[in-house]
Amino acid sequence: MTLYWEEEMETLPRVGLESIQLKRLQHLVARVYKTVAPYREKMDAAGVKPEDIQSLTDLAKLPFTVKEDLRENYPFGLFTVPMDQVVRVHASSGTTGKPTVVGYTKKDIRTWSGLMARALTCAGATSADMVHNAYGYGLFTGGLGAHYGIERLGATVIPVSGGNTKRQITIMKDFKSSVLLATPSYALNLAETMEALDVDPRDLSLRVGVFGAEPWSENMRDEVERKLNIKAVDIYGLSEVIGPGVAMQCLEGEKGMHIFEDHFLPEIIDPDTGEVLPPGEKGELVFTTLTKEAFPIIRYRTKDISRLLYDDCACGRTLVRMEKVTGRTDDMLIIRGVNVFPSQIEHVLMGTEGVEPHYQIVVNREGNMDTMAVEVEVSEDIFSDEIKKLENLTKRIQMDIKDMLGVTCRVKLVEPKTIQRSEGKAQRVIDNRKL
Amino acid sequence: MRVEQIAVFLENKSGRLAEITAKLAAENINIRALSVADTADFGILRLIVDNVEKAKTTLKNNGFTVGITNVIAVEVADKTGGLAGVLKTIEEEKLNVEYMYAFVNKTGENAVLIFRFDDMDKAIEALGRTGYTILSGKEICAL
Repeated sequence: MTLYWEEEMETLPRVGLESIQLKRLQHLVARVYKTVAPYREKMDAAGVKPEDIQSLTDLAKLPFTVKEDLRENYPFGLFTVPMDQVVRVHASSGTTGKPTVVGYTKKDIRTWSGLMARALTCAGATSADMVHNAYGYGLFTGGLGAHYGIERLGATVIPVSGGNTKRQITIMKDFKSSVLLATPSYALNLAETMEALDVDPRDLSLRVGVFGAEPWSENMRDEVERKLNIKAVDIYGLSEVIGPGVAMQCLEGEKGMHIFEDHFLPEIIDPDTGEVLPPGEKGELVFTTLTKEAFPIIRYRTKDISRLLYDDCACGRTLVRMEKVTGRTDDMLIIRGVNVFPSQIEHVLMGTEGVEPHYQIVVNREGNMDTMAVEVEVSEDIFSDEIKKLENLTKRIQMDIKDMLGVTCRVKLVEPKTIQRSEGKAQRVIDNRKL
Repeated sequence: MRVEQIAVFLENKSGRLAEITAKLAAENINIRALSVADTADFGILRLIVDNVEKAKTTLKNNGFTVGITNVIAVEVADKTGGLAGVLKTIEEEKLNVEYMYAFVNKTGENAVLIFRFDDMDKAIEALGRTGYTILSGKEICAL
């Protein structure tokens, strides 16, 4: 029998759902138009007023919001409430150093916790579970977002965060963790460490894993399920929309994640023309938040490529499903759960004296870990006949990248003119991962 | 007195050294001494040649990253303790050797030690004071 968190909303017939969505959308657009100047200016420029939203298809009249808008209004420029009503902020790394900041009111935190509780229920979790939360705690939405949802569900949260893998395994054994929340690559890392420590996953109490924050393949799902002896399900979210808990795979359905449409309105657009595509077509995923207070967002272009599936799901939920994200419309990479833009790496390199803008990022998956190597051409300005000096240089670049992104990479010096020059847009990234 | 040395950046991949020596040979440049320092990813080829400017231009035109550094060439008798004596002087002056390599000249009587120190001026002064012969670039090529 399917477990629901809010059965009525999760199984609402589409007509009822759409009428709720329209009411919420109209209210949102009116409020945002009134309170946030950048939104008002964009709507005025497009010649659209809040009254023009008479049906859900009128959504397409509204201008898109892109990451650039968030950066231009850094840090709190797109918040719709005074800061004394904001109880929390989160941030994700921006493309050139400035992070993207999002905020939450008390009610937003309640909404988000409820959605995470709903997501966990989709995965079959109940108040009886011990939930091992290995998402990173901090400015990243993963750790705390999941944490509040687990508490809301009434389950026991084990806030282990990331790292210290051996200790995590001991905790899993001793505390009898039954649900694991992590990035899929970290789940595989846990599995491998267990193997090395001779811990048999069948002796653990793990039953299900909720994995997200980075792209992973169906092959990887099979591997996680086999190695950890669990059922592995997908969760989707992004901080600009709310964080984890935007969409969630159910245990019953085969493919895709149910988008919590009573709170988030999805669209699929052609990334080149911006046209809304018919149901079932593949394109860029766009979200409008329907219930958020502090940081609502209208038609946010996620740059994730997906498809919306409107057919019935075995779980009985009427909420539309989005297909596993199959790519990006931009050059963003996700390395061990962290968003990395080549421009950020370029920023570090340009800040290093003497380094020329000829570089390449090579991403591999070694074992189950993503590895990133930054290849930099050696110019005469940085060349030295002493190994020590060249090694100090690579170490410095490595540390600056780590400081900026929180990701360790290898820095490799290469001979000049060995990185391929392309006509027009440079081929900055070689991603050898098979996702 | 200092000797100009050519340093070339090399990625660790096959054929690079062969390519460099072939290019130099084609330009009639004679290599008097060389050493290769390497790490897992890259190497640095250091060369003493008879025509530094020509060698530099040739390699640069062929797309290599080239640097010119000053080193000190010390001539010692090719017998037991020759290097030890020089290093003793270096140690007494608290100088640091960044790197060194050596070759034996054609007659086989003397060895030439090529040094790069952290403080080149002090090293020249100390070695001169203790009576060592420091060679010029011209003298090396004439050996």
